[in-house]
Amino acid sequence: MTNLFLLQLLNGMQFGILLFLIAAGLTLVFGIMDFVNLAHGVIYMVGAYLAVTFSQVTGSYGLGLLLTLPATLMVGLVLEILVFRKLYDRPHLDQVLATFGLVMIISEAVEMIWGSAPLSVEIPQFLSGSVPLIGPLRYPVFRLVVIGAGLLTALGLWLVITRTRIGMRLRAGAANRNMIAALGVDIRSLFTIIFAFGAMLAGFAGAMVAPILTVDPGMGESVLILAFVVIVIGGIGSVKGAFAAAILVGLVDTLGRSFGPILLRAIMDPSAASQAGRVLAPMLVYILMAIILALRPAGLFGAKS
Amino acid sequence: MSLLEVRNLRKAYGALKVTDDLDLTVEEGEIHAIIGPNGAGKSTLIAQLSGESLSDGGSVRFADAEMMGMAMHRRVRAGISRSFQITSILPGFTALENVATAVQARTGSSFRFFSPVDQENRLNDQALEALDRVGIADRAFFRAGSLSHGEKRQLELAIALATRPRLLLLDEPLAGTSGQEAERLVEVMHSLRGQVTLVLIEHDMAAVFSLADRVSVLVYGQIIATGPPDIIRADPKVRQAYLGEESAGAGDVAD
Amino acid sequence: MRIIPTRAWAATALFTAFAILPFLADALDDSYLVVIATRIIAYAIAALALDLILGYGGLVSFGHAAYLGIGAYSVAILSRAGITDLGLHLAAAIAGAAIFATITGAISLRTKGIYFIMITLAFAQMGYFFFVSLSAYGGDDGVTLAQRSTLFGQPVLESDRALYYTAFALLLGLYLLAVAITRSRFGRVLTGTRENPVRMRAIGFSPFRYQLTAFVISGCMAAVAGVMLANQTNYVSPAFMDWHRSGELVVMVVFGGVGNLLGAVAGATVALLLEEWLSILTEHWPLLFGVILVMVVLYSRDGLSGLFRRRT
Ligand SMILES: Nc1ncnc2c1ncn2[C@@H]1O[C@H](COP(=O)(O)OP(=O)(O)O)[C@@H](O)[C@H]1O
Ligand SMILES: [Mg+2]
Repeated sequence: MTNLFLLQLLNGMQFGILLFLIAAGLTLVFGIMDFVNLAHGVIYMVGAYLAVTFSQVTGSYGLGLLLTLPATLMVGLVLEILVFRKLYDRPHLDQVLATFGLVMIISEAVEMIWGSAPLSVEIPQFLSGSVPLIGPLRYPVFRLVVIGAGLLTALGLWLVITRTRIGMRLRAGAANRNMIAALGVDIRSLFTIIFAFGAMLAGFAGAMVAPILTVDPGMGESVLILAFVVIVIGGIGSVKGAFAAAILVGLVDTLGRSFGPILLRAIMDPSAASQAGRVLAPMLVYILMAIILALRPAGLFGAKS
Repeated sequence: MSLLEVRNLRKAYGALKVTDDLDLTVEEGEIHAIIGPNGAGKSTLIAQLSGESLSDGGSVRFADAEMMGMAMHRRVRAGISRSFQITSILPGFTALENVATAVQARTGSSFRFFSPVDQENRLNDQALEALDRVGIADRAFFRAGSLSHGEKRQLELAIALATRPRLLLLDEPLAGTSGQEAERLVEVMHSLRGQVTLVLIEHDMAAVFSLADRVSVLVYGQIIATGPPDIIRADPKVRQAYLGEESAGAGDVAD
Repeated sequence: MRIIPTRAWAATALFTAFAILPFLADALDDSYLVVIATRIIAYAIAALALDLILGYGGLVSFGHAAYLGIGAYSVAILSRAGITDLGLHLAAAIAGAAIFATITGAISLRTKGIYFIMITLAFAQMGYFFFVSLSAYGGDDGVTLAQRSTLFGQPVLESDRALYYTAFALLLGLYLLAVAITRSRFGRVLTGTRENPVRMRAIGFSPFRYQLTAFVISGCMAAVAGVMLANQTNYVSPAFMDWHRSGELVVMVVFGGVGNLLGAVAGATVALLLEEWLSILTEHWPLLFGVILVMVVLYSRDGLSGLFRRRT
């Protein structure tokens, strides 16, 4: 039982880290540009597909991953220049619609290019084993690497945001949009950079999970909405909030699914418990969101109301 | 008992004390002007009195009831209404609809779903009356957003009047109006004397000194003087702090 | 209010067209037309519901498909329990939607703008997962309905034409109801809050209660659409509340012009016909649809929503 708990704790962490990578770019875009981007999830998906293809072409997952980063950066750049840039001053409704259109376009294009059958990529040899945790319990090395890489990225992001000039501007901008102009920053290029960078983070997330999840055309969607939940819980514009909320959501979702039914068994008979657990578990993060919002409408770390 | 009694009101934005332990008393029926330099905290005071923004502490008693913590819409129902320094109207509505909506707020339930509101003559008549009073009845069927700046200021006052307040807080009602429009608005405010208690924030000194029964001077979040216009005009402290007597350098106000 | 006469004419024309459509289908000997038209009408009801809060209340709900699902599952669940009456199906759908809308609306409406969009989306997704995990009703796969709802104990709706006219009658009734609401006292408060919430507070309104009421009304109307849709497809699955579906509803409202109700009906018609037509052209029609959507938003000056918001 404790072993299972530890295992699921790690799985939850890993899922949370993944959500953070996706949510980090989104929350900056929301906070600084007040922009709704529904197409962020498909970029994560594109990252996964590109990683598969690049890995096949180069014969190495590592190289594939490395190539995916600039590629998704480019995707973000192109989208920003062609579409998003024209939408900053528009009502949210227009942003929602245009990016919804992009979701349709990109999803369909992905299906045309890669087909709708799930794809996968091999875990590189030296990362494919598992390490002992406690007792007989072992954990896949690759998943640990994912957690580590995600934490390193978070750390790097934190350093950039707290220790560099551009980071200071980002924070100022996310807290108060009018500040950016006052700081004399070239807003246009700042926006472009954030967008492209956010896309790259999402692509990175996609590439990292390509070996452990199936790569299919639907993978971006559920993650997108969970990333929204993360941002809302964390507080729009707060990277710190996104991190805390992502881990929270990752843990609640993962642990809820495995331990919800077990806990419910304490108060009802086993079959009803497993039934109720199965129904409740996927809803748990949304209920969590509802509770947090009811208490703090601006999210955990949100300054604006 | 005075109509409005503000005691120890405090509000800060970060380190900036916008309202600094402020006391203010407004008597029923008077026109009480508040003057002070830009950034003194006049609008912030109005925002707190009307319930638009929260105070950090203190008390606001209106007609013997504590208003602290009461939402803006409840204070309106209690009888405190306001105009905004920056015009705040319903731009897509006609001028008449703007005012009729204010009338609607105090007459009957708005949870009525079936009968057309634009055919409620009681609302329209009262709205038209208010528009007429401020001098823009001829604009009744124009989109409010399409009115001139001065007309919008007049509409702003008509909306506030239509709520039938006991206490009306006017935040620079004359700002940006033409001579003629300003005259008309001053006339309207004169005509309100005795019917409505007015708290008037205004930079137009001629208007202030012709209208006000009493004047309070607000500087750096504090009322530094209150009194009849003539006394205030002559007060050296006021002259130094506000009316632009730079010469008064020495320490006669250092208290 | 001066555009009403034009709208009344347009409404008469559009609804007359709907009324005579089955005869046209007879003349063309194309029974599929009635099937498509029923679908269009069901979506038109949902789009109408959305326009009530989006167009008049300025509330961009990106989770309205949830109510389609609630309506559809009301049919499935009651039918399974042996209750087949359409009236009861509608009542259950409306009750379910009212509960869901009250709870999620009360939370969502504490927030604004982007938050509101994302939260409504998230709540709809919660509903989606609820039905996915409801294995008694097929989970992911959904369930096929044994029969359509009955009217007064009679299986009259088994006839496509009867179903069509029932849906049409509901659309007409709800359209008139929505028009009345937007012109009422309530409608004025709702619209005023969209225009300037601070001003509304400053004259004595507390916007929340009105917005929440509108949100609930809208949800209930959309649930009616779900009931009709379930009857039309004879099949209910979580796909009814997929977030794409929510997006499509927003697209319909915007295609037709935000905030004039009739536009929502027209928009649903246009969007679904466009879908039909594109899907004949290519199996990759979503790509074309997406391109059209992006182009329309980008290159209509001000965006569509701005274009239509300028009218009163
Ligand atoms: N929301 C706010 N956040 C921070 N500072 C504010 C805010 N609103 C007003 N202030 C500051 O408070 C001071 C008083 O503002 P205000 O009440 O508008 O002055 P007045 O109306 O007397 O010109 C100003 O220095 C202004 O910059
Ligand atoms: Mg001011």
